[in-house]
Amino acid sequence: MQLVFVQFMTGLASAASLFLVASGLSIIFGVTRIVNFAHGAFYMLGAYVAYTLTDRFTGAFGFWFALLAAAAIVAIVGCLLEMTLLRRIYQAPELFQLLATFGVTLMVQDLVLLIWGPEDLVGPRAPGLAGAVEIFGKRIPSYDLFLIALGPLVLAGLWLLFHRTRWGVLVRAATLDRSMVAALGINQKWLFTGVFGLGVFLAALGGALQIPRDAVNHGMDLRIIVEAFVVVVIGGLGSTTGAFVAAILVSQLNAFGILVLPKISLVLVFLVMAVVLVVRPWGLFGTRPPPAQASIGMAVRPWRPLAPGEIAVAAAVVAAVALMPLWLGHYALTVASEILIFVLFAASLHLLMSVGGLASFGHAAYFGLGAYGAAFVVKAAGLPMLAAIAAGPLLAALGAAVVGWFAVSLSGVYFAMLTLAFSQIVWSIAFQWVDVTGGDNGILGLWPDAFAASPAAFFWLTLAVVTPALVWLHMVIFSPFGYALRAVRDSELRAEAIGIDRRRVQWIAFVIAGTAAGLGGALFAFLKGSIFPDVMAIPTSVDGLVMVLLGGVETVLGPIVGAVVFKALAMWLISQTDYSKLVLGAVVVALVVAFPKGIVGTLADWRDRLTARRGAGPSDAEASADATAAEPPAGTMAPAPSPATVAGRTRP
Amino acid sequence: MTHKLAVANLNAYYGQAHILFDVAFTVAPGEVVALLGRNGAGKSTTFLSIMAMVERRSGTVLFEGDDVSRLPTYAIARRGLGFVPENRRIFADLTVEENLMVGRQAPRPGAPGWTPETLFALFPNLAEMRKRPGGRMSGGEQQMLTIARTLMGNPSLVLLDEPSEGLAPKIVEQMAAAILTMKREGLAIVLSEQNLHFARLISDRAVILEKGRVRFSGSLAELEARPDIRDAYLAV
Repeated sequence: MQLVFVQFMTGLASAASLFLVASGLSIIFGVTRIVNFAHGAFYMLGAYVAYTLTDRFTGAFGFWFALLAAAAIVAIVGCLLEMTLLRRIYQAPELFQLLATFGVTLMVQDLVLLIWGPEDLVGPRAPGLAGAVEIFGKRIPSYDLFLIALGPLVLAGLWLLFHRTRWGVLVRAATLDRSMVAALGINQKWLFTGVFGLGVFLAALGGALQIPRDAVNHGMDLRIIVEAFVVVVIGGLGSTTGAFVAAILVSQLNAFGILVLPKISLVLVFLVMAVVLVVRPWGLFGTRPPPAQASIGMAVRPWRPLAPGEIAVAAAVVAAVALMPLWLGHYALTVASEILIFVLFAASLHLLMSVGGLASFGHAAYFGLGAYGAAFVVKAAGLPMLAAIAAGPLLAALGAAVVGWFAVSLSGVYFAMLTLAFSQIVWSIAFQWVDVTGGDNGILGLWPDAFAASPAAFFWLTLAVVTPALVWLHMVIFSPFGYALRAVRDSELRAEAIGIDRRRVQWIAFVIAGTAAGLGGALFAFLKGSIFPDVMAIPTSVDGLVMVLLGGVETVLGPIVGAVVFKALAMWLISQTDYSKLVLGAVVVALVVAFPKGIVGTLADWRDRLTARRGAGPSDAEASADATAAEPPAGTMAPAPSPATVAGRTRP
Repeated sequence: MTHKLAVANLNAYYGQAHILFDVAFTVAPGEVVALLGRNGAGKSTTFLSIMAMVERRSGTVLFEGDDVSRLPTYAIARRGLGFVPENRRIFADLTVEENLMVGRQAPRPGAPGWTPETLFALFPNLAEMRKRPGGRMSGGEQQMLTIARTLMGNPSLVLLDEPSEGLAPKIVEQMAAAILTMKREGLAIVLSEQNLHFARLISDRAVILEKGRVRFSGSLAELEARPDIRDAYLAV
């Protein structure tokens, strides 16, 4: 009983920081419609800056001043980020916004490493709150009691801010109808910046408040962002009260999960989230979000399957690739096999995000499930490699079927957050369930059978598996099912009106994509000879997204080109610098801002421009592409540079 | 400066579709101009174009002699050009008082000044529901609130998009009375309407749009004398 009480109090204390972070995320989303992936990074920065400042300013006054100053400094950094980066992408599809803010997260991770070094840092105790108070015969840290009291205070403060100040009322109005607020004479630019600053302040304060409780470390950004995503999904994006209630719920589940199911404590949170989503898809306190901008929304060039001539070219390319073992060394062949595997991974994600319009931020889970599935088959059943490669994807398909069933009831940012949260759960199961998965030590000794033992043989095996899978995915895109999937992406309402079951179509696509990723994962396990939980962590999922984006999210061949270029670049980069995340993050941000059409999309633009110049006249495809991409012709008025113009509520 | 508002060569586009073709009209200080036309004639688009709320447009918009066509929406509104959109667009979760607070701007010399109290006098229905969320009001009450909200910005000219649309006859009368009061206070008004009867009650001049082009421009008396124009462009 006493233990239960202690856990309860610990849970309440943890809820305070989580609430601060989640409410900040929620407020920012409410007004800007951006899900700020970098929110965890700001939380971590808050903790690190507070660590440094509490070192400088000691004493009671110094300590509390340091916490607030840390939050304020990070909030200013956040405002600068909003002004330099986010203002450029408010009108971009939400996938791009998520990716850009994730790029920022990557950069912050390496910057923190550069500034504060790799060690965990232990901050000071809070002056005056270093002791403990005895309640029911148990000593509860007084700092925890302070945090428990702080949560409701912040909630009340936010309520007063949003209901008793004009600024707060403007923020609420902008949450409801941004362009109307502009029409009433409010400069939204500064409203957005202010809201972003407030949200970042809350996140950084949440981080700063953690330093007397926990060591400051590098993993805290991704850990908190996943929890915050779970909180806003449960509580309802845009609702501060929802964030408060859900933060307490999630923290209590975490605290008691350790007691009840120590091996897989996160599963409890997952179950609750699943139940909430089934009962209330937009969270406990959420309301149905306004129709989101489509995940891919720029002019889509009409897709067509490969023409006979192009099939010949593709076959020639495959043949040329098949000849690579004749002139590549062992290491290069291993790299080439890995690239092939990630081509399949990117192509499977492409089916979901480009064809289906569902940007999954947790696609690595199915890659990893395929790998673990293959490993189980080898280790537990003792079956040969080919059987394992065939069986591994089944586990991925099963996982995708379960997750997909929940995920496709949502779309847009909710879908992204949900898939991310699910993938973290799969990751944590692999990490925590040591008896089965080996935990952090992974599963070792997964060597290919003798016939595929040499790098060349394994490369051919990989090519022989990946090529038909790619062909099959291509056929799916241009099958009636693929057309239905695109119809649902482009207009859910119209698609349903002609008898397409949206959820069923998207669920099947989710399972297909998960299975194909799992096939890649099974190959990957044998390529590496081992499998670790990290393969299904967030970075792998984001790598997939970047591959598709780099290749061209609106193109059919984009993922193949993108995966080859990205994987080769990333491997080269890691060999060149210790700060590959910094470079990678910057590349992601630059891609989103300056190069959103990707390699294939840009090449197609050039080709169209060339054919147009030759006098062939612009094709329909180009005409529609230019309609949205091109600047207004000379002499016309530029549209107002405020987000007001995109709210989509205008009508002829 | 003789014109309060002078619109010239206004063209607007939605994607590839060309919606407005060289729309031009003027409004004198204190004048009420009715912008008439059938559904889809381009009345709302004209207003949205003036307010810089469409994707792409060209032309000039002179407000009090200054070209505002390159300004962002909020800056146009700040100059005293008020806009009351069609379908009301009140902030549903905000109370009546909070909706008014969002519209508030500093008093403007040369324009009638409004406070919540004077607006509650203009629309007595609103005075009885100050704390009610906008989403829980009737259509007529919402229409009054959306006008009151724009007046809180103390504009010198208001673009009123179909204020009588979908309202009960009794409310339409109240609305006409309120608009006449606004006119008496010295406010210039551009009123878009399909309802010629309503427009006749309050307007000095009429501009008729059809398929994005101006087909007629003149006093209401002149329009009365031209049933052919009325039949061609207004009759349903």
